Amino acid sequence: MEIHVISYLILSTVMMFAGIYGFFTRRNLLAILISVELMLNATNINFAVFNRYLFPGVLEGHFFTLFGIAISAAETAVAIAIMINVYRNVRNIQTDDINEMKG
Amino acid sequence: MNNYMSAVLSLHAELSLIVVLVVVFLADLFRSRPGGRGLRVLVCALMLVQVLLNLSPDTRELFGGMYVNTPFTSVVKSILSAGTLLVFLQSGEWTRRPDTAIREGEFYVITLSTLLGMFFMLSAGHFLIFYVGLEMASIPMACLVAMDKKRRQSAEAGAKFILSSMFSSALLLYGLSLLYGTTGTLYFADLPDVLQSGGLERLALVLFIAGMGFKMSLVPFHLWTADVYQGAPTGVTAYLSVISKGAAAVALAVVVRFVFPALTDDWSVVLALLSVVTITLGNLMAVLQHDMKRFMAFSSISQAGYIVLGVLAGSPAGMASLAFYVAIYVVANVAVFAVISTVEQHGGGRTDREAFNGLYATNPRLTLVMTLALFSLGGIPPFAGFFSKFFIFAAAFEAGWHLVVFLALLNTIISLYYYLLVVKAMYISTPAEGSAFGSPIHSSRGVRLCLALCTLGVCVLGVLSCFYENLFQWADMLPW
Repeated sequence: MEIHVISYLILSTVMMFAGIYGFFTRRNLLAILISVELMLNATNINFAVFNRYLFPGVLEGHFFTLFGIAISAAETAVAIAIMINVYRNVRNIQTDDINEMKG
Repeated sequence: MNNYMSAVLSLHAELSLIVVLVVVFLADLFRSRPGGRGLRVLVCALMLVQVLLNLSPDTRELFGGMYVNTPFTSVVKSILSAGTLLVFLQSGEWTRRPDTAIREGEFYVITLSTLLGMFFMLSAGHFLIFYVGLEMASIPMACLVAMDKKRRQSAEAGAKFILSSMFSSALLLYGLSLLYGTTGTLYFADLPDVLQSGGLERLALVLFIAGMGFKMSLVPFHLWTADVYQGAPTGVTAYLSVISKGAAAVALAVVVRFVFPALTDDWSVVLALLSVVTITLGNLMAVLQHDMKRFMAFSSISQAGYIVLGVLAGSPAGMASLAFYVAIYVVANVAVFAVISTVEQHGGGRTDREAFNGLYATNPRLTLVMTLALFSLGGIPPFAGFFSKFFIFAAAFEAGWHLVVFLALLNTIISLYYYLLVVKAMYISTPAEGSAFGSPIHSSRGVRLCLALCTLGVCVLGVLSCFYENLFQWADMLPW
């Protein structure tokens, strides 16, 4: 049975906005990172689905998905390294404790 | 074969930057002892060669239109390289500190790799290259921001920067995916023909502008700016505020102008609103700041608003005045940050405005440079900042944005107030008890050279008509 393209788009939209919601409400740096990953993966789904259903002859969207996965992996690596550094300095990764700078 | 070679050689700006990067990396690897001056001299000399080698503008399309080089982008690249050279020159005092001396090489290599990413972003002819370049510019930037590993503020700033930059690129990428879904292509050259002005395309455009707005710190997306600028090492803040912002602005201008001509009415209204709000709010917040780095953060937010005026004009004159504005902004802002950094390194890490009280009595030359740079940022006539503001206002005015230009003009008066507050602190206020500057500061040779070059730029670039005449001419030659 072929799944309709709309189902995929609903999935990706829900993922995107769940990610945005999580980004603004979570208080733990790792949870924020997970939310952002949700958003990035929603875009990857979009690219793959558009390519598969709307433009099946070419591979542009699939390539974009591959690059997106690689780049978000690089971003995650840097983000986690920085969070470890935050933990070493603050002994905590809750955003309520990361508020030394105010203005 | 020969044809192929010459095609690859027209990537000369990127290739020469890669060579510089590799040489600096190897030199750092085989350096006998950290803390010497050799590496900085080497990297500055190499960057100087790089700038001089790439002054010849040419037009070329490579890799089936994925990479497009135009005279305009190559002159912007030269401006960015020269700005990076200035940042490297003034970073000596910070990299000589015992805890950072060991990471000096990393600072240069990571900075150069962000610059390389910006080059690819500027020359992109396809959104994939654009995105890869954007990420190449922003991921290493997070490492730079978190460079002071043991300082808590730097770590905080790094975390804030990487998370907000990931968020913004996710938004941008979602916009791109919608664009792909509606048109089926991501080549800049093909998009204008197939792009219609429907709802999905509008959403894609808004998400794209939001993503770039984060990178340029336009107002609804500016919340990370002040914390990151304050927490990052001062040299990195200088780089972040001029080079990264300038590259993002030019890239935004190129994309909205050439990819979204079908939606000109939409993006120009959005950008006009963003510009006015950014200038006003940035100015009002800057008045309230006491920490100089936070102050410069808000000042740079309002400057980003002025830069957007050039995008808004949407004409070749607008593009040229945008590049000119970025060039002037680079010299003036780097000068200010060099002075802040010098005072910070010699004054026990203080960056609040009170630390500058009575600086004139002990350091008249440093004060003079800072004053000239601030005058230029504020747009006082004989200095370059006046001319750059004049051109950008004129371009936006010609495009019919009279009210926007008027509001921006009103805002320059507010900005004069807070720039002059710093000048007042330096010349008139008496130094606080136990001030660190009983004696003149002896800054290193690199900082002095950087300040001299910046002062020269601030005084001369505005009156040097050949510079901007060439810019205007090259902006007319843009393809598409």
